Amino acid sequence: MEAVRTYFRDIWKALSSIAVGLNVTIRHLVRPAVTIQYPDVKLKMPERARNRLYVNIDDCIGCDQCALACPVDCITIETIKATPDQDLGVTSTGHKKRLHVPRFDIDIAKCCYCGLCVYPCPTECIVMTDVYEFSEFDRHNLIYQFSAMKPDQIDDAKAKLKKAEEEAAAKKAAAAAAAEEKKKSEQSKQG
Amino acid sequence: MEELLQSIIGESWILYVLLAAPPLVFILVYALVTVWTEMKVSAHMQDRLAYMYTGPHGILQPVADILKLLQKEDTVPAAADKPLFIMAPYLVFIGTYAGFAALPFSSAYIGSDINLGAFYIIAVSSIVVVGLLMAGWASNNKWSIFGAMRSAAQIVSYEIPTALALLVAVMITGSLNLQDVIRFQEGGILNWVVFGGPLPVVQKLLLLPFTVTAFLIMFIAGVAEVNRTPFDLPEAESELVQGYNTEYSGMKFAIFYLAEYANMYLVSGVAACLFLGGWSSPFGDFMSGPLWGVFWIVAKGYFFVFLQIWIRWTLPRLRVDQLMYTSWKVLIPFLFVCLFGVGLILVL
Repeated sequence: MEAVRTYFRDIWKALSSIAVGLNVTIRHLVRPAVTIQYPDVKLKMPERARNRLYVNIDDCIGCDQCALACPVDCITIETIKATPDQDLGVTSTGHKKRLHVPRFDIDIAKCCYCGLCVYPCPTECIVMTDVYEFSEFDRHNLIYQFSAMKPDQIDDAKAKLKKAEEEAAAKKAAAAAAAEEKKKSEQSKQG
Repeated sequence: MEELLQSIIGESWILYVLLAAPPLVFILVYALVTVWTEMKVSAHMQDRLAYMYTGPHGILQPVADILKLLQKEDTVPAAADKPLFIMAPYLVFIGTYAGFAALPFSSAYIGSDINLGAFYIIAVSSIVVVGLLMAGWASNNKWSIFGAMRSAAQIVSYEIPTALALLVAVMITGSLNLQDVIRFQEGGILNWVVFGGPLPVVQKLLLLPFTVTAFLIMFIAGVAEVNRTPFDLPEAESELVQGYNTEYSGMKFAIFYLAEYANMYLVSGVAACLFLGGWSSPFGDFMSGPLWGVFWIVAKGYFFVFLQIWIRWTLPRLRVDQLMYTSWKVLIPFLFVCLFGVGLILVL
């Protein structure tokens, strides 16, 4: 008798559970789909989304803190000291710029989008944007060069620095020579 | 239609080609539509969109698929039994297409108006099993032969409930000719066999539980016969790669698919003819006539095709033992009770 009851209960269970399943699928059939037709329609990125890096080179003071913070070393910065006669102006945050930045490269292919470079920046010039479509056919195109300096400007800055350094060295040598001279004369006076 | 064409063309081979062509044209168009419907229904049931770019809502995608399949390389494995391998898909399709011969499309058109129509369909659609076994065996591949053996076991066991359910309807209508079966049910929705046929009210009410059960079982067995989920063990893509058609590519693969979709409509059409009044209008004389007949039978058949798609995207696959249990221990005993009950009521 128990077997008979199980037999009919099983059949009832099968039919009723099929009905439940069919009910679920038909409700999903008439519900609007959640698909977003990606290239045509795009989701708005969240406000603090971390995607492609951008550097506002006008505000960069060349402090190298972002490059030091980067865990994958994808930021390369080179700087040239400005001579006292050159005024590089101030950043939008009021910091005085003392260094030329002839090279500010980010290899975005290496970037892991951790955002650690953004926090140390004293002038808030390196930021993460909401751009996420930047694939390239050639990997080298993913090395972004942010520096605004042209080759002749770089040479100029280098030459100026060299000259200033030479002048400073000459001055120093002259001062040292003068000091030596003074010492000698004093010694001779005593002697 | 036959007489009309005969009077125009006369007795020649063109006449027979013209008479045999409509189901083929129907199958081709219907297969394209159903491929699209299946993808769309499955996608929306999962809250997706499916094709959206080939034409508005992707309506040209089946055409693109056909063009792709036509261009594909038609490979035959080196270890395969070549003649059998090449013959199998065509045999499967022929088995299905032969079934369409006795399937009425309207009061004016049926491929072959034979007295044993229903019996003929059941008999001739068994050729499909031979084709599937042939494909599995000739592929010389373990997955293929597993799939083919499962499919043979499945179709053979589910042919019995189909035939028994068909007998229930035939006992009430008193004919195996599907045109006669439909003519018997003419005159509105309440005259359909699933509601007891055009019999006195008391008899109808007594017949109702038996006819509804038989109809349900006919549908379940039909789904099993065309190897669709939840009875898709012969294909079982997660276990057997693709089952019996694993080694097929290009046009041969397409023909397997065409046969599967055609078979879907065949079992649906037979169920619609036997239980839902085929081409007869559900509103009696309103909207009835040979052309409306085409509309009604295709609508009824397509409803079942949709039901099969719906079930496919709802239920998981059965285990082999569950499959056999369902057929031999549930469907067949229930049908014996139905047959006995219907017989008793009709005799009294």
